[in-house]
Amino acid sequence: MKNIRNFSIIAHIDHGKSTLADRLIQYTGLVDERQFRDQILDSMDIERERGITIKSQAITLPYKNKKGEQYELNLIDTPGHVDFSYEVSRALASCEGALLVIDASQGVEAQTLANLYAALEQDLEIIPVINKIDLPSADVERVKEQIEIDLGLDSDMAILCSAKEGRGIEDILDAIVEYIPPPKGDPEGPLQALIFDADYDPFRGTVVCCRVFSGKMEPRDVIRFMSNKATYRVEEVGRFGINREPLKGLSAGDVGYLIAGIKTVSDTSIGDTITLDSSPAPKPLPGFREAKPVVFSSIYPISSEDYGSLSDSLEKYKLNDAAFVYQKDSSAALGMGFRCGFLGLLHLEIVQERLEREFDQSIIMTVPSVEYHFELTNGQKVSVDNPLYYPDPATIETAMEPYIKTSILIPERYMGAVMDLCLERRGENARFNYPTPGRVEINFDMPLAEILYDFYDRLKTVTQGYGSFDYDMLDYRKNELVKLDILVNSEKVDALSQIVHKDRARARALHACDKLKDEIPRHMFKIAIQGAIGGNIIARSTVNAFRKDVTAKCYGGDITRKRKLLEKQKKGKKRMKMIGSVSIPQSAFVAVFKSDSN
Amino acid sequence: MILHGLYIHIPFCRSKCPYCDFYSIASSSLIPRWLESLKKETGLYRDRFSCFDTVYLGGGTPSLLDISAIGEILEFIKSGYNVIDTAEITIEANPGDLSPEKIAGIKSLGINRINLGIQSLNDRDLLFLGRGHNAADSERSFMALRDAGLDNIGIDLMYGLKDQALKEWMQTLERAVSFNPEHISCYQLTLEGKTLFNTMKARGDLKELPEETAAEFFLETSAFLEHKGYVHYEVSNYAGNEKFRSKHNMKYWKRIPYLGLGPSAHSFDGKKRWWNYRSVRKYCEYLEKGCAPVEDSETLTREQETLEKLSLGLRTAEGIMTDDLAGIPGALENISTLVSSGHLRITGNKVIPTKKGLLVADRLPFLF
Repeated sequence: MKNIRNFSIIAHIDHGKSTLADRLIQYTGLVDERQFRDQILDSMDIERERGITIKSQAITLPYKNKKGEQYELNLIDTPGHVDFSYEVSRALASCEGALLVIDASQGVEAQTLANLYAALEQDLEIIPVINKIDLPSADVERVKEQIEIDLGLDSDMAILCSAKEGRGIEDILDAIVEYIPPPKGDPEGPLQALIFDADYDPFRGTVVCCRVFSGKMEPRDVIRFMSNKATYRVEEVGRFGINREPLKGLSAGDVGYLIAGIKTVSDTSIGDTITLDSSPAPKPLPGFREAKPVVFSSIYPISSEDYGSLSDSLEKYKLNDAAFVYQKDSSAALGMGFRCGFLGLLHLEIVQERLEREFDQSIIMTVPSVEYHFELTNGQKVSVDNPLYYPDPATIETAMEPYIKTSILIPERYMGAVMDLCLERRGENARFNYPTPGRVEINFDMPLAEILYDFYDRLKTVTQGYGSFDYDMLDYRKNELVKLDILVNSEKVDALSQIVHKDRARARALHACDKLKDEIPRHMFKIAIQGAIGGNIIARSTVNAFRKDVTAKCYGGDITRKRKLLEKQKKGKKRMKMIGSVSIPQSAFVAVFKSDSN
Repeated sequence: MILHGLYIHIPFCRSKCPYCDFYSIASSSLIPRWLESLKKETGLYRDRFSCFDTVYLGGGTPSLLDISAIGEILEFIKSGYNVIDTAEITIEANPGDLSPEKIAGIKSLGINRINLGIQSLNDRDLLFLGRGHNAADSERSFMALRDAGLDNIGIDLMYGLKDQALKEWMQTLERAVSFNPEHISCYQLTLEGKTLFNTMKARGDLKELPEETAAEFFLETSAFLEHKGYVHYEVSNYAGNEKFRSKHNMKYWKRIPYLGLGPSAHSFDGKKRWWNYRSVRKYCEYLEKGCAPVEDSETLTREQETLEKLSLGLRTAEGIMTDDLAGIPGALENISTLVSSGHLRITGNKVIPTKKGLLVADRLPFLF
């Protein structure tokens, strides 16, 4: 055990976490140059494109230091986005230490802080790494100062590194061996293994990633998940090289995988404790919590014939995403579909993108919603995450919506703009911290619903990209809420309905009408778009009818050119949803909750 | 028996007009070589085409050719194919090209229809369009053709030109009508393809008419010409009476087979469409090697056939047959919606676009 180190790399997005992981993998000789592919740990296309890690992964690096001692370094990768903070905490709980990567030119950002706090909560040994020192804009001294003052860490410990150029890699590996303590735990004690990730293998079922804290497990053992008491017989255990490497057993201190005929990823819960059925541990490891969706949206096929294929795709998708939940749903406007729950807006976007890309589905997603709580006049309490089920306003006694605590870290000069944005988004109870001269951390209590409405984009715009953002769920608070409906040629499009704060209703209605006017193509007739609360029209816009659309001349006998043009237009039309006699493009449903990019 | 049409593309111009996306080159040095190749190409399609009742010499600028060259072309066509005695034989001409000798020559070759590229009778417009003639030239040429006894003269006009007010366009129309042409084409200027105007559009130096204004021009034009006795038989085409409709162009809209010869020419045999290379040099090289200069071809699917029938038919006053809509789900319901919205009307077994329908003819096929 004394030659094992379990560590994680934490960083703000784009500070070079994946590149550093790649270098460590390369340096320890796990893969040769030829097999090497950038960002090995990010195996999904979306991960590589967006430069973020969605799922955690682990890899065991063999390392022999200068003294000739052989070590086994288990690198546990963590997702780099606030939506996945619980997954991050479980991955961190599986480690004894972490590399905190900071971009030498960007310095400390909101997620750097959030990740550091998360790591400190797990009592991890932190090794600061200043990355990208090759950049001309690198300012190592300033970052060191931030490490001392913002983070309260010893900047003398900080390792200078350029993951891109491979500089400082050996120093990092030596620091991991030297400063991160080896795992503790009794191999002879009752089995306690923490699940920090699970992956789906079409041939073997679920591959559970875990860290053993006590005891050991071997093939043929019968294990038990302590949260739901489900039992399975272990088929295989092993560690992660570039591929899975089976072992005779995993014991206290090890990080590895387990295959036990578990059908879907959803049968496992991240944070759960695995024990032996025959001699169970007296209690589970601390910190388990069910992954709870906080953002909801419905998914409909563009063409109702594709409902079956969408249903199959969701089922397959779900195999690999335990945090994603869905159930059948139907809308008067869009027909049969599914109501889905997500960990956050990014999670939602990832699901949407993967359904379209990997499963080739053409889908419409409705306006995202949070879960509202209503107390009715008859004393009944209801939770509503779908505007379709908004209670009759006459029966509502009180309405409550979820609040978050935001943490926004910005250069001081953007303070005014960010304050305005947060106040516009109903932020309250502002608090300020000045971690270093020139930088301010702003905390607001803010309704979660306001974040769903293109908050990230706006924040990025008003801070010219210098703002970073993180949040925690806070509580439910009483507010005056209304349901905003959108009517297209007098027909209510239920999929466009949203629950909004009374004071924001008109602005949102105007915005929706305006966006739909731009998104809905012209038809042979005029189209009226209206925003309404109950029977009250509070906003309207019009899409004018086509007046002239005809090619003046068919060039000579060249009918092909014109027909191809029409075929292209016709194909575009197929990607639209018919509401009454109006075709509404997929993009219109998205545009309603996005602001202008300018 | 349905007879086929023959189109000959003459890809030579004195200069390239900034709005025109037809294929042509502003050089005459390749004319002899092209003529030899055209002769070879004429021989290639005798198995598929035999008898024509329309011949159309288009371009480019056919009137640029010497009478002897034009005569040669007609000669080798007639030696390879049967062109019926009453065939409509059209040549496109630029007003500046028509000397008395040329007119006499054209007439003596049996060409019985002239399409004159007048474009505008306003000299500022003509300058904008980069035309080598002025309004007076056009009038002179027209009268000379008439005096020579040509009794089927069509003219091309354009609207939607830079700074052209509706009033000015109507003045051009009025003066054009006073010539008493048998046929008038009124094309709205479109900025497209690899034209100078399209480049200017991309730079923001030139714009097409706003839709509402374009609709106004279109409706005013139609009302005026119908008042003057012309038949509005296709989106951009007006005939002095039914007999003066362009028989050749009607074949395109009615999907009657036609053979196109010359660079960039398109052909259709009822099932298949094919087209030649858009390059005189390539065209000649292929034929000199004994190969057809065909760049590509396509065999139409049923769905494509229907789309063509609808998109072409609904450009014309003849409309489409209700049979053309057989098997399209919801077609009947859509027709009645479009009839009540004033875009279509039904006469017997025909579905015919109204003026309002013609204005949006490119949209109509999508509704079926």
